[in-house]
Amino acid sequence: MNNFFNYIDRPSPVHSLTGATKLTCLVLWTFAAMTTFDTRYLGFLIVLGIIAFAVSKIRFSDIRGTLLFTMGFMMLSAIMLFIFSPEHGVEIYGTRNVICDLPGKYALTKEQLFYQLNVILKYFASMPVVILFVSTTQPSEFAASLNRIGISYRIAYSVSIALRYIPDITKEYREISKANQARGIEMDSRKISLMSRLKNAAAIIFPLIMSSMDRIEIIANAMELRRFGEKPKRTWYSARPFRAGDYICMLLCACLLGITVILIKINGSRYYNPFV
Amino acid sequence: MKKTPVVTIVAVGIGAALFFVLSRFVAIPSPVPNTNISIQYGFLSFMAVLFGPVAAALMAFIGHALSDFSFGWGVWWSWVIASGVAGCVMGFAAKKVNLADGKFGGKEIVTFNVVQVIAHLVAWLAVAPVLDILIYAEPANKVFVQGLTAGVANIVTTAIVGTLLCFAYAKSRPAKGSLKKEN
Repeated sequence: MNNFFNYIDRPSPVHSLTGATKLTCLVLWTFAAMTTFDTRYLGFLIVLGIIAFAVSKIRFSDIRGTLLFTMGFMMLSAIMLFIFSPEHGVEIYGTRNVICDLPGKYALTKEQLFYQLNVILKYFASMPVVILFVSTTQPSEFAASLNRIGISYRIAYSVSIALRYIPDITKEYREISKANQARGIEMDSRKISLMSRLKNAAAIIFPLIMSSMDRIEIIANAMELRRFGEKPKRTWYSARPFRAGDYICMLLCACLLGITVILIKINGSRYYNPFV
Repeated sequence: MKKTPVVTIVAVGIGAALFFVLSRFVAIPSPVPNTNISIQYGFLSFMAVLFGPVAAALMAFIGHALSDFSFGWGVWWSWVIASGVAGCVMGFAAKKVNLADGKFGGKEIVTFNVVQVIAHLVAWLAVAPVLDILIYAEPANKVFVQGLTAGVANIVTTAIVGTLLCFAYAKSRPAKGSLKKEN
């Protein structure tokens, strides 16, 4: 029912880890990859990510769409980066090796290329864990794991409600949209002007939001009748106990973050500088 | 609707779900290529007026993080946090504007819009770019231009969509003191 997050049900060692473990690993790993600009370490993280993929039995065909989308997004952002700040690499690394001059104030430097390579590697270093997390964690377990890592169960429950109702609200959106199309409202954006496009969108969005207000009241009443929020703690149907594998994975990811910190100490900054 | 803690929790959940749906499926293409009008911030401002700063911040944070997750390529934390901040600041309009009483006239419209403009400026011209520089070490001029574009676009959509939503909702509520006792 809930496949916006591409959960793929296929038994594997990664699937059998608890949601809380995977969430902790995701946070630690992305922080490690986000902080460092050390090319060697980013390369290591990418290899590790690919290994994790192989273990999880997620196939390339499962994630091709996501990958293509990411590539397109990365290209766009790389071009923008160059247009806005062609000398950012020079600023960071402190040297300037020009490869070739380009028209205007632009010049292609080795430093800029190296900086942009690092930015792309950073995407690739953190992407595998995010894809793994969403494709191996059941959405209902996700909320339980939030509570497990120390977030108040009331907030975890909000997340759980969001995940539960995203498909319903999407369905309702489509229904309202179809009903309005049956009444003759044009939805094809190529055929109409911006103003009427906005007006038509309003004809769908307003009923959708107003009916969601009623939904809030209904759900809240049902929860209040069951005395939700009376006790300081609650249990979760989908929660599972930690096993040895869970502890090992969390320890491993904590080490990854540790390496990032050590590398910052060794390199003297977040960057690894091959130019000096 | 009475505002109990449970109602707030549910509102955060449903609000985040709607934020997600609006940002993922309700794409209104703008005249600028490859950019969509993000209607979700108009909706967020409306929810912020109804449920206050904490609920709005959580709604935006959860909704934005979930939609980033569902795109699959990673969560852009700096902008997710900025969304949360925008929701939080917008929520301060809740003290001045009381939609539940069915009142949304000239004074309320001005208050609502002043607050939403401040919220967007803080979020997209301060929080998002600064976090981008701190976390991702992006060049300053790039992130400020991105922030400015997003901020201006969001202010305009919020001004239109948010105001209209508040107006429509207030009209659907019975106004305070609108009933008279018959003799």
